Amino acid sequence: MGACDTPQSPMNRPQAGHPVRVQPVGGPPCIQRVSPVWDDTLSEAKEGDVVSLHWSYRTQKAVLIISFLLIPLALLVTFSIYPFFKLIYYSFTSWDGLSPTFTWVGFNNYVQIFKNPALFGAFAHNFSYFVGGIVQNIFALILALVLNSRIRARNLFRTILFVPYILNSVAVVYIFKFMYLDNGALDILLNHLGLSHLETSWLGNDAVVNWSLAFVSFWQYFPFNMVIYLAALQSLPQDMYEAASLDGASRWQTLWFITLPNLKSIIQINLLLTVSGALEAFNIPFVMTNASPPTATFLTNTMNVAFTFHNFGLASAMAIVLLIIVFIVISIQQWLLGGRREAA
Amino acid sequence: MKRAWHDTVWDVVKYVFLVFSVLCVLFPLYIAVANSLKSDQDYINLGILQFPSHPAWSNYVTAWTGGALGNAFFNTFTIIVLAVIGNVLLGTMVAYVLGRFEFPLKRLVLGAYVFVMFIPTITTQVATFGIVKNLGLFDTRWSMVLLYLGASAVQIFIYLQFIRQIPVSLDEAAMLEGASYFRIYRSVILPLLTPASVTVAILQTIAIYNDLYSPYLYMPSVNLGVVSTALLRFQGPYSAQWNLILAASIIIAIPAVLLYLFLQRYIFAGIVNGAVRE
Repeated sequence: MGACDTPQSPMNRPQAGHPVRVQPVGGPPCIQRVSPVWDDTLSEAKEGDVVSLHWSYRTQKAVLIISFLLIPLALLVTFSIYPFFKLIYYSFTSWDGLSPTFTWVGFNNYVQIFKNPALFGAFAHNFSYFVGGIVQNIFALILALVLNSRIRARNLFRTILFVPYILNSVAVVYIFKFMYLDNGALDILLNHLGLSHLETSWLGNDAVVNWSLAFVSFWQYFPFNMVIYLAALQSLPQDMYEAASLDGASRWQTLWFITLPNLKSIIQINLLLTVSGALEAFNIPFVMTNASPPTATFLTNTMNVAFTFHNFGLASAMAIVLLIIVFIVISIQQWLLGGRREAA
Repeated sequence: MKRAWHDTVWDVVKYVFLVFSVLCVLFPLYIAVANSLKSDQDYINLGILQFPSHPAWSNYVTAWTGGALGNAFFNTFTIIVLAVIGNVLLGTMVAYVLGRFEFPLKRLVLGAYVFVMFIPTITTQVATFGIVKNLGLFDTRWSMVLLYLGASAVQIFIYLQFIRQIPVSLDEAAMLEGASYFRIYRSVILPLLTPASVTVAILQTIAIYNDLYSPYLYMPSVNLGVVSTALLRFQGPYSAQWNLILAASIIIAIPAVLLYLFLQRYIFAGIVNGAVRE
């Protein structure tokens, strides 16, 4: 009489609805057949495995959906969705971040944002990051086109050109702060190139400083766009180009009528990321100039209003305004680029 | 003949452009390395573009100890490991449920993730700050880990895109063999989602390594400094000592550069997968 033939006592018969712990049994290994679905294919079930096969798939599905979604959704609601609705609520109060009471002020905070040039006017500083972002996309696309053509040492070029993106952003800002010092590396370089008339106080001249900061953003993030454009170019079907060259299309015709139209959705994604990045510029002015008034962006102002001046109501309204503007800009951009495709 | 001439000019233009771009990338890095290696004496006497003949490696030791960079690396590493493991587990679980099952409120759950993906995390910090404080997480490493888990939605869409490519027939075969749904997740879905998990891990690691405002807001204690905040603290005490500030910047940059050189292929794929969803 083998171990498998031992009649089961009611004690160790698995109870419906409860997981069964497979017990090690003495003697030859054997698997007890307790339900139609628990068959020999399970012989790999190891000691200590929890098997719940006698649950119907219907029950399992309900249990799995609830248990798998519970923690992720709890985190998502606590740290993203609930704060968003709190933000809307705060924006209509004059809350100072500490007091237990909230005074309802209606749309006062919103009115203040548009009335106070120091607040809304900061978007003028975001503008240089926006322009920098557009140039960054053009530059990245040209680099990707060059790297995708027949070129020697392509991988070496690509490897070096990508480096700025993986550097820590504070480290990058420090390096450029050093470059921008008066009589610093940039001024000396311009001297050597005979361009000394261009020298200026890169961080002290209010007309220039935001462009100096936007350049740092350009330098650090063009590799990101470049890699995405390059991957898109490499995935374009080669036969399209063969057909074009058979038809005698010139380089420019191929670029203009084949490559660029096929990259439209990728260009759109890159612009979307770049434009929202420009509207949310924060790190560079914050580290480089401590977000001084001539360099404050809308987001550094928002954080300042909240965490330095403890006007959480106004800061919340500013955050909402920023979200609305990001949303509007992205919608316009989708509409413009999407509309043209339909027209074509 | 004319075509060949044309091609040569074109090639020259291409290489000039590439070399110019490479110089734009390398010049600031050269300046940073050269000046980080200058002794105080050399820093005063040598030109900014000159490389010191006797590199002062001691700057790196001073920056490392003075800036508590070892501690910063430890904190950053701990947070990255916990957040990446959490994100991979929770992300694959959510993607399995959303990608394989129909259930009431499914559209609502999916909609919640789309909603969160379109809200830039930094804009809601004014309100999140109070929640983190009320939960008693303020000034703990857990504040970072939980925020990174609760505020990122991108990984769900990366996983959903990949899970669609795993044939449902694999699930069905496992069911015929009597595997439970949990077992299918653990033995079929989770392993087959590994390429997506690599993408998620890379994007998350880059994001956390570079993040400044959340550790700055939520972990003000000096001993909880991460690489970004530890570097930020150099501005005060060492504000005039550029050789030390640059040495610290290079120290923080080195691990990322090394990782990049070894994992280049995966990083490029990860960035492309992360940006080009749907």
